Amino acid sequence: MPEIKVTPLGAGQDVGRSCILVSIAGKNVMLDCGMHMGYNDDRRFPDFSYITQNGRLTDFLDCVIISHFHLDHCGALPYFSEMVGYDGPIYMTHPTKAICPILLEDYRKITVDKKGETNFFTSQMIKDCMKKVVAVHLHQTVQVDEELEIKAYYAGHVLGAAMFQIKVGCESVVYTGDYNMTPDRHLGAAWIDKCRPDLLISESTYATTIRDSKRCRERDFLKKVHETVERGGKVLIPVFALGRAQELCILLETFWERMNLKAPIYFSTGLTEKANHYYKLFITWTNQKIRKTFVQRNMFEFKHIKAFDRAFADNPGPMVVFATPGMLHAGQSLQIFRKWAGNEKNMVIMPGYCVQGTVGHKILSGQRKLEMEGRQMLEVKMQVEYMSFSAHADAKGIMQLIRQAEPRNVLLVHGEAKKMEFLKQKIEQEFHVSCFMPANGETTTILTNPCIPVDISLGLLKRETAIGPLPDAKKPKLMHGTLLMKDNSFRLVSPEQALKELGLAEHQLRFTCRVHIQDPRKEHETVLRVYNHLKGILKDYSVQHLPDGSITVESILIQATAHSEDQGTKVLLVSWTYQDEELGSYLTSLLKKGLPQSTP
Amino acid sequence: MQRAQVQIHHHHAGLWAGYDVYPQFPPTASGPEELKECSGHVFVDSVPEFCLPETELLDLSTVDVILISNYHCMMALPYITEYTGFTGTVYATEPTVQIGRLLMEELVNSIERVPKAQSASMWKNKEVQRLLPAPLKDAVEVSMWRKCYTMPEVNAALSKIQLVGYSQKIELFGAVQVTPLSSGYALGSSNWIIQSHYEKVSYVSGSSLLTTHPQPMDQASLKNSDVLILTGLTQIPTANPDGMVGEFCSNLAMTVRNGGNVLVPCYPSGVIYDLLECLYQYIDSAGLSNVPFYFISPVANSSLEFSQIFAEWLCHNKQTKVYLPEPPFPHAELIQTNKLKHYPSIHGDFSNDFKQPCVVFTGHPSLRFGDVVHFMELWGKSSLNTVIFTEPDFSYLDALAPYQPLAMKCVYCPIDTRLNFIQVSKLLKEVQPLHVVCPEQYTQPPPTQSHRTDLMIDCQPPAMSYRRAEVLTLPYKRRYEKIEIMPDLADSLVPLEIKPGISLATVSAVLHTKDNKHVLQLPPKPPQPPASKKRKRVSDDVPECKSLKPLLSGSIPVDQFVQTLEKHGFSDVKVEDTAKGHIVLLQEAETLIQLEEDSTHIICDNDEPLRVKLRDLVLKFLQKF
Repeated sequence: MPEIKVTPLGAGQDVGRSCILVSIAGKNVMLDCGMHMGYNDDRRFPDFSYITQNGRLTDFLDCVIISHFHLDHCGALPYFSEMVGYDGPIYMTHPTKAICPILLEDYRKITVDKKGETNFFTSQMIKDCMKKVVAVHLHQTVQVDEELEIKAYYAGHVLGAAMFQIKVGCESVVYTGDYNMTPDRHLGAAWIDKCRPDLLISESTYATTIRDSKRCRERDFLKKVHETVERGGKVLIPVFALGRAQELCILLETFWERMNLKAPIYFSTGLTEKANHYYKLFITWTNQKIRKTFVQRNMFEFKHIKAFDRAFADNPGPMVVFATPGMLHAGQSLQIFRKWAGNEKNMVIMPGYCVQGTVGHKILSGQRKLEMEGRQMLEVKMQVEYMSFSAHADAKGIMQLIRQAEPRNVLLVHGEAKKMEFLKQKIEQEFHVSCFMPANGETTTILTNPCIPVDISLGLLKRETAIGPLPDAKKPKLMHGTLLMKDNSFRLVSPEQALKELGLAEHQLRFTCRVHIQDPRKEHETVLRVYNHLKGILKDYSVQHLPDGSITVESILIQATAHSEDQGTKVLLVSWTYQDEELGSYLTSLLKKGLPQSTP
Repeated sequence: MQRAQVQIHHHHAGLWAGYDVYPQFPPTASGPEELKECSGHVFVDSVPEFCLPETELLDLSTVDVILISNYHCMMALPYITEYTGFTGTVYATEPTVQIGRLLMEELVNSIERVPKAQSASMWKNKEVQRLLPAPLKDAVEVSMWRKCYTMPEVNAALSKIQLVGYSQKIELFGAVQVTPLSSGYALGSSNWIIQSHYEKVSYVSGSSLLTTHPQPMDQASLKNSDVLILTGLTQIPTANPDGMVGEFCSNLAMTVRNGGNVLVPCYPSGVIYDLLECLYQYIDSAGLSNVPFYFISPVANSSLEFSQIFAEWLCHNKQTKVYLPEPPFPHAELIQTNKLKHYPSIHGDFSNDFKQPCVVFTGHPSLRFGDVVHFMELWGKSSLNTVIFTEPDFSYLDALAPYQPLAMKCVYCPIDTRLNFIQVSKLLKEVQPLHVVCPEQYTQPPPTQSHRTDLMIDCQPPAMSYRRAEVLTLPYKRRYEKIEIMPDLADSLVPLEIKPGISLATVSAVLHTKDNKHVLQLPPKPPQPPASKKRKRVSDDVPECKSLKPLLSGSIPVDQFVQTLEKHGFSDVKVEDTAKGHIVLLQEAETLIQLEEDSTHIICDNDEPLRVKLRDLVLKFLQKF
């Protein structure tokens, strides 16, 4: 039986280094190629040696698909394609293709220039890797080869984020990447049609969370920022350059405008301005409202938000700073954090998920004494707030997507095992489909039961449908045809056509039965009685009395002769072909019972 | 069951109607008030009217789907969606809809800004029209012409459009699939593939093989078409667009250098982007850095802004710029450096900023309405000024006729990037459709250049041509359809190799058809007859309906048949030879079986068990179909 195999190389019962291998109908597809923010050793990249021990990756993989530009989904791509070696196609949407190399370069700089690592991918490798990328449009059906096709759907997680349908023949898999089912201030909600995949691979970051309304969270966020600024404190908001940053900027910008606030808002430099520019140029990927009004007012041109300079961190007085990266694991956000952590007037707001091992994760889990580089201890006195602004679907959203797509099986990745377990049970209960949650390196096999597409001759099909809808839908109508199989082509034709095509003659099988009837009347009177009798019973059939004295019921012929010895007995010859077997057999047994006594 | 009916919406004609309508000339003594004369030409003085696509031939309420090729080909959409009972879906790409909206908005705005009370109708009387000079007497279907729609109608029409992307497969009622492909002509412009599992029709309309700003034309996907419908070729097959752009630039520079103004009547989107890009490269070298460029249209700002956000629909070079990230079109820089200024109209800010000599881009290219009328009157009297025609949709002589006599210079540089006949030949050789269907005028040389046999479509087999309001039957016969066999039914089939490499299986199954998708399922097991309390009536036994038995094939060797009979306990078998075969007699049972090459006849008394037994023995020798 055909099967689909799925092996996570990363993001199996974990968040980070998303990388999932899918084998479907003889095709191998790799979904995402991410890095893990919590590790600095080889665990930061997926273990690509799992794919093939000694062969070339290009021979083994038919294509690679990247769902969005976050590094935990694309951070290992140059390593994979240029250092391990892969020359096949890599698919991503246009915004992802535009932004991905910038984030990779940023990541490379932090790793190599700041941390001094060697044996890391180079700028040239990023460029060479991006040359292998094929950009796709939303809803475009991309034919990877003759059989394999992929299609992107809007995922609403970050600019350009997409879910992908992978399809071979009638078998299909949908991979959600990261997605968000509620529209926010800058992006729309994820959407997919009722594509009924054999398998839906869904992220499950917020498997057990059901978030309160967005509006409440926004109000909460603004209140906290406002209070801190009012009492002269500084607010640090660690973000990734693209995504939440733009949403929160729009939020603060409008709030500052409305409340007429004066405290400065900064955005860590470089990437950010550029990032906003991407949003302007790819405005068709944002939400309806922004798209509609962009000619009058581009939402990504901020009046109150200015570029940040490192020296500003020591300025007295309140301020709000957006700084990268979002998990406080390196870079500017971490530097500012170290400066401000000691003052209880200040506040850090973590607007997104932090993976284990990062400073962000530590302070969110309540740790207040941190060991920094060089065994230095840092005491955290500033207020630590967590607000889930990261654009992942919550439990409700995941269930909603399953309802939309109607998959036959569900597989969870990109989440924590315990939470997945809970969601898995919920999915199985509510949708009665199997749900899987393999760990990294563990293979899940799903049996599919694909229909077999066949060419049916239009003549045969029309013959069947011409009869029209049945009066009683519960009684199914049988159709009969001959399936011709030749060199992998399957054709369903009428039996007559099959015979003709094969150059064979039909063999006619005919039955003639003699039925004896006691009836002293003349032959033609007997025939008339038989005719009336049959006519009365076989209401749905064409019963005819022919001029030559015979009777036909459909194509069955009935003739009467007198018995050679006994004039009071008539012999009815009933003759039919094998194709009328049921009716012929029925007629003989009916006639054998004799004619009704009363003359009509 | 609803069958998809696809109407391809090709409507360039809409704006043509405007060309002989001009409101500003005194009445002549000979005609009624609505006719006016100017320099020997007769004009109709009326509110502008537009010619609609054919509506007599078919009931538009029965049309399920309208496919839009490009933003120039959707100008009649509000007439159809709002006034014909059309309830179907319209498919178009996002740039097509956005820019189409801008074109309609400009049109509505231009016409509503100059309200006109008179709507001429007398001249439409056949008797009157017959007597008018050309081109008035040749105008078609004048009684069907309509006044311009309004913005609420435009919005209602556009709300019925479903957005699609290139290479997106769209299922229509399960019966056919339609797919837009890049046609290379304009932002979001599309050719369409309409296909079932076995038939493929390509609709190629308004395509370009030149490298301008849009994504290149997708030719590969047009291969294997049964029928290729070809339309929207260049209107000016003899003009080379590159050469025309060069002439445009040099004429523009010369006029400005001599202290004159340049007027470019144009649409607010399309070729103007390419012209601005050429000028961007040309301005400094031609010493035009201080000459102001004005783009005046109610949608000028929107058009310039929208052009920058459709990265995915642009050619490769422009896409690469967006990845940097930089605006794909250099007019962003022209605006930033104040070289290009845009205004919604000649009133307001423009009148304060206006400096001469200058270059003005404005509409409408027919010169019958829009701000261009103002500039024609302002600059027409001076031979220093030049009007440069770039849009190919209108004859420049007709456009200028009501302004005659004119002192200003007129330059005709039509820039039409759509396919010319050489490119068409190359394209057809490349994609090799079985049949080509095209408008009649493409199958013969232009009437004014009857010797130019190179200016027509040349293909094998010859193209089938059509005229307005003519119905063509496409030359193919449908033979097959796709059906799916459910896995459990497939498992139950018993294939038998009948010839080397050819197997067959008889299929008796239940056919389910939903939304034009056919599925074959395993027939349900016959339900156990419920123990009926009622007395059985004779008619209860009547077979439900004719259950089809398979056809049979093969022949029955008499010796083996007799052996089989004997094995099954018939001891008194006797065989007689006949002319065509044999007769096998079962003497005691008074039964005979005639065996011939292609037939078997069992003749017996009414002994059903015996007959059934013989039947099954015979069937063992035969192959079922």
